[in-house]
Amino acid sequence: MEEKRRDLMEEIAEANSSASSGIDDKKIKHWIHIYVLGKQYKVPASLTIMQALEYAGYRFNKSVGCRAGFCGACSTMYRVEGDYKIKTALACQTMAEDGMYLVQIPFSPAVKAKYDINNEPYDGNVFLKYYPELARCVSCNTCTKTCPQDLQVMDYVQAAIKGDFQKVAEWSFDCIQCGLCAVRCPAEIVQYHAAQLGRRMYGKYGLSEEPNIVKRVEEIMSGKFEEEFKKVMSLQKDELEKVYVKQQNEREIY
Amino acid sequence: MSKTVEITKEADQFLKKIEELSGEKITSCIQCGICSGSCPMINEMDLTPAQIMSKTQLGQEEELLNSKSIWICASCFNCKVRCPRDLDLAKVAEALRQVVLRKAVDKINIDAISPEEMMELPQIALVAACRRLTN
Amino acid sequence: MAMKLPYYPGCTLKTKAKNFETSTLAVAKELDIELVELPKWNCCGAVSSIVTDDLMHQLAPARNFVRVLEMNKSGIVDNEYRLVALCSMCYNTLKRTNLLLKNDHEKLKTINDFMYLEEDYNNEVEVVHFLEILRDIGFDKVKEKVKVDLSSLKIAPYYGCLLLRPKEIAIDNTEDPRIESDLLDSLGVKPIDNPFKKMCCGAHQTVQDKYAVARNTYTIVSGAIKAGAEAIITSCPLCAFNLDNRQREAKELYPDFEGVPILYFTQVMGLAFGVPEEELGFDLNYNDPRPLLREKNILK
Repeated sequence: MEEKRRDLMEEIAEANSSASSGIDDKKIKHWIHIYVLGKQYKVPASLTIMQALEYAGYRFNKSVGCRAGFCGACSTMYRVEGDYKIKTALACQTMAEDGMYLVQIPFSPAVKAKYDINNEPYDGNVFLKYYPELARCVSCNTCTKTCPQDLQVMDYVQAAIKGDFQKVAEWSFDCIQCGLCAVRCPAEIVQYHAAQLGRRMYGKYGLSEEPNIVKRVEEIMSGKFEEEFKKVMSLQKDELEKVYVKQQNEREIY
Repeated sequence: MSKTVEITKEADQFLKKIEELSGEKITSCIQCGICSGSCPMINEMDLTPAQIMSKTQLGQEEELLNSKSIWICASCFNCKVRCPRDLDLAKVAEALRQVVLRKAVDKINIDAISPEEMMELPQIALVAACRRLTN
Repeated sequence: MAMKLPYYPGCTLKTKAKNFETSTLAVAKELDIELVELPKWNCCGAVSSIVTDDLMHQLAPARNFVRVLEMNKSGIVDNEYRLVALCSMCYNTLKRTNLLLKNDHEKLKTINDFMYLEEDYNNEVEVVHFLEILRDIGFDKVKEKVKVDLSSLKIAPYYGCLLLRPKEIAIDNTEDPRIESDLLDSLGVKPIDNPFKKMCCGAHQTVQDKYAVARNTYTIVSGAIKAGAEAIITSCPLCAFNLDNRQREAKELYPDFEGVPILYFTQVMGLAFGVPEEELGFDLNYNDPRPLLREKNILK
């Protein structure tokens, strides 16, 4: 069993190493065809979309970020040959498939409303005040189908129309603002902006303050850590580096 | 004083388009005027409901689409329930609106609504206005 | 035996018209009716799409019908496919879509195909308005629950458009409805019938052309007052806004205009049943009805 597992792991490592260390193509056993901006490329199987594009020779200076599925930069739209359905993905998190017709969506054109969170009443109409287009939602569910994070986007948009800050905050929590929902919305709503407003309002006015944070902020303001701050601020670069490494290696005390 | 109106091919096509979009046989209108008498928004209108029907029959696209009437209509359906020919003028008005709206034109600027008004308006008003006045 | 009915609130009943919901739930409880809110419902769209080729705007109501199916499947309600609406606009929009899908199988199929993630809808649902439920129970049963004397109150019924038009969805006679007067009678209130009870308030024009609405507000409210009304009831948050809040604009146009309070019919039911004041939500009524009610010794 161990033997079999090692072979599989080696295969995976091999498939991935071809993208980073330029291993001889002849060693790759499995290939797929993908289409980037309509042009066909032959790439090793078992690569992520991002790796496959890089193997094909593309260099990302947009549509790339953390490469870990968290920043929302690598929004991708694609269709698979033989299937009319539009699909979406995060290029760094999704495996490339044979017959994928790909395009990157590096940016979603959306203007964020300007507001001062400290000056807003905790009133549900705030959503419509800054994003009146929310009222145009036709409940088509396109946004939900588009979301690469599997969020219930239509549900939180509906909650925003109903002025429910809590539901908007809870249901949009894992949103990484990739922008794909807004790109596809026929009512021209920018879902993730409304969601951010909801989370900020709920965080500020809906949730009770965390007592430990309040206490710590008071301590800081009262000057309890002033000496420590001064010490750190006066360190030279090499001393700072030493202190930082030491802290990283120390056991974390909560 | 008589007026001669020429029904051009475009006018005829416009009538057919509105008939198809509304699903109403507009040529059945006998111009009795009951719709005008029943309309709660008539004081705000430039063309009366009966005139809207007659001008649609004649395919006078420009005058109809530029009128205030089709946009101030509140979709109350009073005209429909009173019409002796069982015509749905509310649907005709909506068809005329859609011809304009579908050219990616909005007849209300929701961004121009003041923050104070936005905080006072019930959702139902904004949703209804968006449905009837935006594309 | 409690009647359990799927209930569709509509967006505004969760915010500006919360008093409509709280008063209704309170009086429904008195009548042994449990209104069970649809799980995960979406905005119905407020107005019906009435052109022949538009299917997109039928999605929103149709999706809510699927929720009724889900409620039955999960056992929240038992073989109950009536969907109760309170807001006249929601009632009208939901009912019209339901009728459209009943009569047009192709459109129904297209909608079902588009909503492929949802269960198929096959015309199981019947959309009803709360007033119809009350009429079905019988206004004599409503009368039995009356504890407070409202005989000194003179209230005008007001239907607006969408409870009565078009005829295929009307809850009563389109030209001369009586259902609200019958209700008021059973509550011991004197109904002030008047010719403006079904005149349109101006609906969505209130967003862009509030003075056009204010002129209708003036006509409707003055007409009711002239007939002797001290308050007007309604079943629609948009009518309530237009007849209530827009009295302010009506006063600008007609300085001699003196308005009256606008109440949801369930708030009057609540007063008659002796429901605690907090549940009736008078804070949300723009023109405060409490001075009038205190004057009549209905409230302390």
